[in-house]
Amino acid sequence: MTESPPTPRPLIRLLALAAPFRWWMVLSALLGFATIGSSIGLMSTAAWIIASAALHPPLSDLNIAIVGVRFFGISRGVFRYLERVVSHQTTFRLLARLRVWFYDALEPLAPARLMQYRSGDLLSRAAADIDTLENVTLRVIAPPVIAVLVGLVMMLVMGVHDVWLAVSLVFFLLLAGVGVPLLTHALSRQVGPAIIRTRGDLNAAVVDGVQGMADLVAYGAQDRHLAQVRTLSRTLSRQQAHMARITALNTALFSLLISLATLATLLIAIPLVHDGRLDGVLLAVLALATITSFEAVQPLPLAAQHLSANLEAAQRLFEIVDAPPPVCDPAAPVPLQPTTPAPLLRVDRLRFRYAPDESPALDGITFALPPGDTLAIVGASGAGKSTLVNVLLRFWDYAEGLITVNGHDLRSLAQENARALFAVVSQHTHLFNGTVRENLLIARPNAANTDLVRAAQAAHLHDVITALPQGYDTWIGEQGLALSGGERQRLAVARAILKHAPILVLDEATANLDTITERALLDTIHTALADRSKLMITHRLVGLDAAQHILVLHNGRIIEQGRHTDLLHANGHYRRLWEIQNRTIDNTPSNDSPIRE
Amino acid sequence: MNLDKRLLHLLRGERAALAITVSLGLAAGILLVLQAYFLSQTVSRVFLDGASLHAVRGLLVGLLIVGIARAGMLWGSETAAATSAAHIKTALRERLFAHLIALGPAHTRREHTGELAHTVVGGIDELDAYFSQYIPQLALAALIPLTMLILIAPIDLLSGIVLLVTAPLIPFFMILIGSMADTLTRRQFTQLSRLGAHFLDVLQGLTTLKLFGRSREQSQTIARISDQFRDATMNVLRVAFVSALALEMLSTLSTAIIAVEIGLRLLYGHMQFEDAFFVLILAPEFYLPLRLLGTRFHAGMSGAAAAARLFDILAIPAPETASTRVMQPMTDGDIRFENVFYVYSDGNHASERPALNGVSFTITPGQKVALVGLSGSGKSTVIQLMQRFIEPSAGHITVSGQPLHDIPADAWRDRIAWVPQRPYLFNASVADNIRLGRPDALLDAVIHAAQQAHADAFIRDLPAGYDTRIGERGARLSGGQAQRLALARAFLRNAPLLIMDEATANLDPHTEQLIQASIRALMHNRTALIVAHRLNTVQDADHIVVLDRGRVTAAGTHAVLAASGGPYTRLITAHSRRVDSAHD
Repeated sequence: MTESPPTPRPLIRLLALAAPFRWWMVLSALLGFATIGSSIGLMSTAAWIIASAALHPPLSDLNIAIVGVRFFGISRGVFRYLERVVSHQTTFRLLARLRVWFYDALEPLAPARLMQYRSGDLLSRAAADIDTLENVTLRVIAPPVIAVLVGLVMMLVMGVHDVWLAVSLVFFLLLAGVGVPLLTHALSRQVGPAIIRTRGDLNAAVVDGVQGMADLVAYGAQDRHLAQVRTLSRTLSRQQAHMARITALNTALFSLLISLATLATLLIAIPLVHDGRLDGVLLAVLALATITSFEAVQPLPLAAQHLSANLEAAQRLFEIVDAPPPVCDPAAPVPLQPTTPAPLLRVDRLRFRYAPDESPALDGITFALPPGDTLAIVGASGAGKSTLVNVLLRFWDYAEGLITVNGHDLRSLAQENARALFAVVSQHTHLFNGTVRENLLIARPNAANTDLVRAAQAAHLHDVITALPQGYDTWIGEQGLALSGGERQRLAVARAILKHAPILVLDEATANLDTITERALLDTIHTALADRSKLMITHRLVGLDAAQHILVLHNGRIIEQGRHTDLLHANGHYRRLWEIQNRTIDNTPSNDSPIRE
Repeated sequence: MNLDKRLLHLLRGERAALAITVSLGLAAGILLVLQAYFLSQTVSRVFLDGASLHAVRGLLVGLLIVGIARAGMLWGSETAAATSAAHIKTALRERLFAHLIALGPAHTRREHTGELAHTVVGGIDELDAYFSQYIPQLALAALIPLTMLILIAPIDLLSGIVLLVTAPLIPFFMILIGSMADTLTRRQFTQLSRLGAHFLDVLQGLTTLKLFGRSREQSQTIARISDQFRDATMNVLRVAFVSALALEMLSTLSTAIIAVEIGLRLLYGHMQFEDAFFVLILAPEFYLPLRLLGTRFHAGMSGAAAAARLFDILAIPAPETASTRVMQPMTDGDIRFENVFYVYSDGNHASERPALNGVSFTITPGQKVALVGLSGSGKSTVIQLMQRFIEPSAGHITVSGQPLHDIPADAWRDRIAWVPQRPYLFNASVADNIRLGRPDALLDAVIHAAQQAHADAFIRDLPAGYDTRIGERGARLSGGQAQRLALARAFLRNAPLLIMDEATANLDPHTEQLIQASIRALMHNRTALIVAHRLNTVQDADHIVVLDRGRVTAAGTHAVLAASGGPYTRLITAHSRRVDSAHD
C-alpha cells in the first residue's frame, strides 16, 4: 500500500469543504458588518445631533441626522435578524454537506478500518465533531472578517480627521481583539490542560465508582474511592477557580482598553479642537464612535477558542477518513449474480494478517462449502472465526491463499456482488431508528407487504409484531420501543429470509439467547432456509449435528475437522470444548449476574 | 420543591461570595456613570468653552483612574462568581456521588451507568452558567438600571421617564417570547431529536447497511434528512430571532428616541449640553444589563434543566443499612435464611412478583453450598442479600442466631470474598486492582495471590507487569484473565466466607482448567456460597439449593437430589436432553 499523500492543514481542508457556501458566508459577514455599522452609526449620529443642537442651529439642519438616528435605530435590529437567518441557513447547509462528506468517506472504510477504534465511541465522537464544525462559519470565520471590515472603515473615518486618531484606535482594537486573547491563552497554558486532565481523571473515577460499585462495596473499598473522587473534585474546583481568575481578565482588560482608547482619542482630538483644526462638534462623535467600535472585536476571544476546538474536531475527522480503504473493487469485476442453487465456495490455504507486523489471524485455512450444505466453524473467542467472516464478506482483502466462488476469485468480484452472495445473521443486529417495516425493508427495499409478513412468519416474529402497539409501523430502535434479545435476532433472521442470498452466515447468531430460545431459533433457520448453504460460526456447540462438516479453529488454524460424532470420538480439542459446555447445568446467558447489565 | 428553589438552596454557603459579586458588579455600574460624567464634562468644556488639554487634565486623569478601577471591579466580580460556582459544583458533586454510594450497587445496576456518570461530572458542570452568570445577573439587571435611573432622573426627568417606561418591556417581552419559543420547541422536540439522531444511527448501522448492499444510497438520505432538520430547526429559530429583533429594537429605538428628544430640547435651550451628552452615553448602557439577563437566562436555564436529573437522584431515599442496635460480636456459626421475601420496587408496580418468595436454607461453617436454578429464579437476589446490598422485604437472615441486620454492613462484608461473574476492573494498576480488598498489602502478597489464581504468568507478560494500568493501550484483558484477577482479589482478601457467581463457559479448555483449579484452592477451608453453572461444582458441593421462581424447590446433596427425580433432576436432564439430541 502506498503512503498517503501529505495532508494540507486541517483549516485549509475545512475551508475547502465550506467553499460551496462562500457567497452565503460573504453575505452573512456583510450583514454582520452592517449590524455593527448601525450601532456605530446610531451613537455617532446621536452624538452629532446633540453636539450640533448645542450650537442652536435651525431645526432643518438636524433633520437628516434625525432621520439617520431613526434609521440606525431600526436597521441594527433588522440587519442582526437577517444576519442570523443567513448564517444559520449557511450553518445547516454546511452541516448537511459535512455529514454527506464524512459518510461518503467512511463508507468504503467500514467496518475494517473502524475496528481499531472502539466503534461506539468513535462514531458518537465523530457525530459530535461534525456538530462542532457546523459552527465554523458562524463562530470562527465571520467574527474576524467582520472585525477587519469594521476596523478598516473606522480607520478611514478616523484617518480623515487625523492619522493619529486612526493609529490609536486600530492599536487598541488590536490589543483588545488579539492581544488580550493571546495574553489569557499564554496565562492559561498550564492550567488549561491540567483542567482537561483532572476532568478526565474525575470522569474515569466516577465511571469506575458507578460501574464497579458492587465490587467496591463488596470489598469495603467504597470510602477510599469516595475520598479519591473528593480529592479529584476539589483539585478540579481549585483549577477552575484559577482559570476563572484568568478568564475574568478578558472582561476586565476589554473594559480597560475601551477606557484607554477613549482617553487616547480625547488626548489626540482635544488639541486639534483647541487649535481649530477639528470641528468641536466632532469631539463627541469621535468619542462615542471609539467606544462603540469595540463591539466588533468583542467576539474575537471566543472565536479563537472555537477555532482551536474546530481544528481539533477537523483533525480527528480527517484522521479517520484519511485511512486507505482496506478493499478496492477490481477494475473489471466479474458480473456474478446470486444464484440458486448456491455457488460452490472454496477456501484454499488462506492466510490473513490484520497488519504486516502482526501474527496471522488466519493461517492455512482450507475448506469447501458445496451448495446446500451446512458447515460449522467452532472455537473459543479469539480463534479467528469472525476474521474469516470478514474476509469472506470482502471487508478485508486477503493476500495469501485463495477464495473462489464457482471458480471465480472472490477478489475479482465487486464488493457489493460478493456481499450479495451472503445473508448474515450476527450477534450484533443493528436496529435502525424507524418502524419495524423500515427495518425489514433494509433487506429488500422493494419487498411487498406480503413478503414481509411471510418472512416475519417464517422467523416466528409475526405474532410478536402484531402484538406491538402499531404492528409493523411501531417505531423501534434506540429511540423507540426496545425489542428483547430474542426478538432482535428473529428480526435479523427475517431480514436474512428477505434477502435472497444463496449462502447464509450465522455469526454467533444465538450467543445472547437462552437455551430454549436458541434451539427454537436454530430450528426456524433450518426449516425456513433449508435450500441455502449455511456457514455457522459459533463457540456454543449447539445444533451442530445438523452440520455436514465442522472445523475447529484455534489461534487461526484448523486443528480438527469432521462431523460432530467423529469429533467427539476423536477425543481432542472439540471433545474438551464439548465437555466444558456439558458440565454446565443451566447454560443460561450471563445476564443473571448480580453486578450490572 | 421546584427546580429554582432547590438550586437557590445550594447558594446558602456562598452568600458572601454572591454579595461580593453583586456589590462589585454594582460598583462597576456606578463607576460607569462616573466615567460618563467625566467624559461629558471633558467634551463639553473643550467643545463649548474652548478649554485646552491642560485645562481638562484633571477630568482626563479622573477618566483614567475610574477606567482602571472599573476594570478591577469587573475582574473581582467575575472571579468571585466563578469561584463560588466552582465551590457549589464541588459540594454538589461530592454529595451526589456519596449519595450514589449510599444507594448502593442494587440501585446503580438498574441505571444506565454511562448516563449516571455523565450526570455526576458533565451534568454538574452545566450548572456553572446558572450560578456564575444567571443568578448574579438577576440581581445586577435590577440594581444597575435602577441606580442609573436614580442618577439620571434628577439631571433629566423626561429621559428618566422614557427609560423607566421602556425598561420593564424588555423582561416582559423576553418572558413572553421566550415561552412562545419554548412551546414551539417542545412541540417539535420529538421530531427534531429523531432527525438529529438519524446521522449517528446510520453511522452505527453502517456495517448492517453494507451487508445488505444498501450503504451507498444512504448519503442521499442523509442529505435529505439534514435538509428536513434544517427546515424544522429554522422554523423554531426564526421565532427566537424575531424575539431577539424585538428586544434589540426596543433598546436601539429607545436610544434613538432619547437622542432626538434631548437634541430638540437642547436646540431650544431647555437643556445643557453636558447633561444631554451624559444621558446619551448612558442610554445604551442602561439597557445592557437587561439584555445580558436575556442571554444568561437561556444559558442558565438550559444548564439547570440538564441538571434537574441530579435532584431526582438525590431525592431517592438511601436504604437504611445502619444497625439500630449496638454492634454485637460475631461468631462463626450457621448462616440461616428464614422465610425470606424480596420484592424489587421500581416505585410504579405494586403488583410486582417477588424475586424471593419465602426462601429458607442454612449454611453451616465450612460447608460449600451451591445455588442452582434457571435465570430469574432468584439466585442473584440471594447473593445480593448475603452481601447486604439489599435487605429482605420480609423474613430474616441470621448469623449464629443473631439477625444479620444488627451487624454493621461493612463489618459483615469484611468477612466475605466475592468473585462475581463479570468482575469490574478499575482504571488503576493490575496490582491495585488485586489489592481492592486489602489496600495495604505488599507486592509480595499480591504476587502470591496472583500465582494462586494462575494469573501471575499473563500479568508478567503485560507491558509494565503488575504496574500496567488496566484499559490503557494494549492492556485489554480477556474474560478469562479478568476472571483470574477476580480470583486473585479473593485470595488476597483471605476472608472466611466465599461468595461466587460462576462464569458461564466461553473459555478455551486450558483457561477453563486453570480457573477450575484456582476455585478449588480458594474454596479449601472456607465456607462458600456459589451460584453454580458447572456440573463439577454441584457434584462437589456439600449442599445444593434448587431455586425456581423465588422458591426453594429442592435441597440436598447431588446424589440424593439426582436420585429423587425432582426439580433438580429436571434441571440436569434438560441439559442431558440437549446432549442426547445432539448425539442423534
